[in-house]
Amino acid sequence: MSTSPANNAALEDRSAAPFEALNAGSRAGLVQRLLNSKAIWPVFLLILCLPTLLALGSVLASLFNLDTETLAHLLEHLLPAALGNTLLLVFGTATCSAVVGVALAWLTAVCDFPLRRFFSWALLLPMAIPGYVMAFAFVGLFEFSGPVQSTLRSWFGSSSWFPDVYSFGGVTIVMSLVLYPYVYLIARNAFQTQGRRSIEAGQSLGLSPVKSFFRVSLPMARPWIVAGVLLVVMETLADFGTVATFNYDTLTTLIYKSWFSLFSLPAALQVASVLLLAVVVIMVIERRSRAAQRYSQSQHVSLASSRFVLSGKRRWLAVLFCTLVFLFAFVMPSLRLLSWAMPNLVSDLNSHFFGYIWSTLSLATFATALIAVLALLLAYGARINQSLPTKFAVRISTLGYALPGTVLAIGLFAPISMINHWLQDAGIPSSWLQGTFLIMLMAYGVRFMAVAYSPIENNYLRITPSIDDAAHSLGLTGLQVLKRVHLPIVRRGILTAMVLVFVDVMKELPITLMTRPFGFNTLAVRVFELSSEGLWQRAALPALAIMLVGLIPVMLLIRKTDQND
Amino acid sequence: MKRTTGGLIVTLTAVLFATVLVGCGKQADEPSQKAQLEGAAETKPLIVYSSRAEHLIQPVFELYTQQTGTEIQFITDKAGVLIERLKQEGDSTSADVFITVDAGNLGYAAAEGLLLPLQSPVLEANVPAHLRDEQNRWTGLSLRARTIVYSTERVVPEELSSYEALGDESLEGFLCLRTSKKVYNQSLVAMLIAEHGEEKTQKIVEAWVNNLAVAPLSNDTKVMEAIVAGQCDVGVVNSYYFGRLKAKSADLPLALFWPNQAAKEDAASGVHVNISGAGVLKHSKQAAAAQEFVEWMASDDAQAIFGGVNQEYPINPAIAIDPEVKSWGEFKASEQPLSQAFELQPAAVKLMDRAGYH
Repeated sequence: MSTSPANNAALEDRSAAPFEALNAGSRAGLVQRLLNSKAIWPVFLLILCLPTLLALGSVLASLFNLDTETLAHLLEHLLPAALGNTLLLVFGTATCSAVVGVALAWLTAVCDFPLRRFFSWALLLPMAIPGYVMAFAFVGLFEFSGPVQSTLRSWFGSSSWFPDVYSFGGVTIVMSLVLYPYVYLIARNAFQTQGRRSIEAGQSLGLSPVKSFFRVSLPMARPWIVAGVLLVVMETLADFGTVATFNYDTLTTLIYKSWFSLFSLPAALQVASVLLLAVVVIMVIERRSRAAQRYSQSQHVSLASSRFVLSGKRRWLAVLFCTLVFLFAFVMPSLRLLSWAMPNLVSDLNSHFFGYIWSTLSLATFATALIAVLALLLAYGARINQSLPTKFAVRISTLGYALPGTVLAIGLFAPISMINHWLQDAGIPSSWLQGTFLIMLMAYGVRFMAVAYSPIENNYLRITPSIDDAAHSLGLTGLQVLKRVHLPIVRRGILTAMVLVFVDVMKELPITLMTRPFGFNTLAVRVFELSSEGLWQRAALPALAIMLVGLIPVMLLIRKTDQND
Repeated sequence: MKRTTGGLIVTLTAVLFATVLVGCGKQADEPSQKAQLEGAAETKPLIVYSSRAEHLIQPVFELYTQQTGTEIQFITDKAGVLIERLKQEGDSTSADVFITVDAGNLGYAAAEGLLLPLQSPVLEANVPAHLRDEQNRWTGLSLRARTIVYSTERVVPEELSSYEALGDESLEGFLCLRTSKKVYNQSLVAMLIAEHGEEKTQKIVEAWVNNLAVAPLSNDTKVMEAIVAGQCDVGVVNSYYFGRLKAKSADLPLALFWPNQAAKEDAASGVHVNISGAGVLKHSKQAAAAQEFVEWMASDDAQAIFGGVNQEYPINPAIAIDPEVKSWGEFKASEQPLSQAFELQPAAVKLMDRAGYH
């Protein structure tokens, strides 16, 4: 029981090795040899990142044709304020999400207190709430004309002391409430795979839970936390719906204004390029800072026996903290949505509606499977071939998440149309490509690769090079190492990635809108259709359904990862 | 145990995907099967790109299919995105008709060379000239009035007169506006520029900003809610949002005021109106059928529901207005050509930015 699964797998496979060698001559063997050779990976990964490269290329190409008139206007009247707002928001949201996410992850992964099992999955649920839906529910409750301030006025006569909802504070709270689960999920995975050795070491040195957190768990989980925060940063930079509800101007607002109001797509793409540049800088800094460190931990043993059992005041503080976050991030918006959905519940819950659920579910499932596999191959390729082309391919593949969805969608559409024109010239009907699920899935892959890649890559840090060496010395080659040795160790990372991608695809809007076939509606599309017309009450039902469907993978994940506890 | 779970997931995924594909294939096949059955080439479906929401256009499309047998397939997205998509698709597009709200968006699509100039006696007969493009590349299909809303508890209508007068000192601290990022406000200001020129309009907008009780709100409903809650007394909204709020609670202390109705020059321009409208796409493979469809949407049958489903006004002044909408009062609408909404929109946006209206 104390042997790691990796070693187990490697030992089991020793007998299989000679058999594989016999196969080498056959045709299947040729393919396998090709896949096993390290040289093939840069080529494969470069092909994998090609769609992203094309999309980013069509965004960056705008820089060759500067719309100086529009840019000058933006620069003079809007850019300074928008840039300041963006930096503040990113900093505020990243900090709040990191603090809340890490604290909750550590409590539910390492400690023991009442309702811990419930909170460990319940605290993930806010992730399934689209940011702008949360914003609308939050603003509706706490603004001047909302029920909270109205009640306060009826009690005290005035609510002028109540903080203004339409403010930096308001946006930051809402953004953090929907984005902390990214940090929570990935950090939790880190704490769970740190194993009990590290905690036991701390305990044997007489460290209290809090000290053990700061001295042992936190430093060891650093790359995971940073990866989670990086996703939050990218999501914040790309957000439009939430900031629009607060009328809080950011760089994304400028992109939309240039495009839709000033009718200058070039200026919009030029601002987007600035955004992209900022993300690249952040990523480079992050890479540099983690380069020198090792986080391998092959011992992967259940935490159950060495959890910190919180006692006394601490125990109830932990419960209180989790409850508060859960109340604000989930119960409050759900009740608000529920109260809106009730009047139309009977008429809107028709066969069409179940159709939306079905298409959402099937789309998200398939996209998730596909993206998880690609991300795994990306992480594996990057591990066995650390050449410049692979590094380049990995960085490019994960950049799609940083752009506002609409910009990425239009960036992707340019190469798609080009191929479409070629196809048509070659006499192949245009419907062959456009409006098919192929394009849709490819676009999701471009957008969400970062989300899937981060947790998987982080769990790869758990595999020491010596494990690979051992596997090779036992006769395992190439993909067998991936299957028999890596897969069991990075399993949690893959599951984490799948949940993140599933929920993100479900919420995704611009790409779905642009690439869907005629008559194909998802829940997110319904929310968009109704809320864009200001019909929030009727948009509540599909929004609630997104949350409920999002529950499925979250429950599966927690059951899978906590089954040993 | 692990292996069976993995196998299960793979199988499930495969089944799901297969179902989706089959489902999709079925959808794609249905119209063509129908066409084969009826044996007529005419029933090829028309394809519409629309930024008007699905629940507002679908009843109209269904009526058309019912009357003519022609199927309508459509996708919805934001107007700017659809225009860009059409530009990129070029002559390989399968779309026939473009439907959107706001004259600015229609003008943009026309300026990008996406729309076909139509020769249509039907449109000329049914749609007033200022609500159409000069070359008939687009036509209005419903009319939306952007007007003043006020608190019946704290304001008497005599205090109000025009959009321009919303900047009067007497209203300092009493005005609520929606954000200038919404196209409705952009076209309102564009039309003010058309009437008064940039310099004077900027003074008007600066005076509005000076009168604001709270920072601009994110939508029209919020403006009305703020007035009801006592945060401000006067605002500017599209009339159908007022209708929607009234439908939920009829006794709200709110009323509409129709500005710029004076008989004399000053403040006589009429209520600012915008449109939802449509055009036939230049690269449509069945432009004649598409034109027929657009003409039909401007005809009596379609007009009875096109604007009505959203409590808007019919584009054709001869068509009866919904009784409830009529009860909000009759008014003189501005007759400035709406094509200016596109030409002046960038100027209007920049002007509002300069005036500090965000």
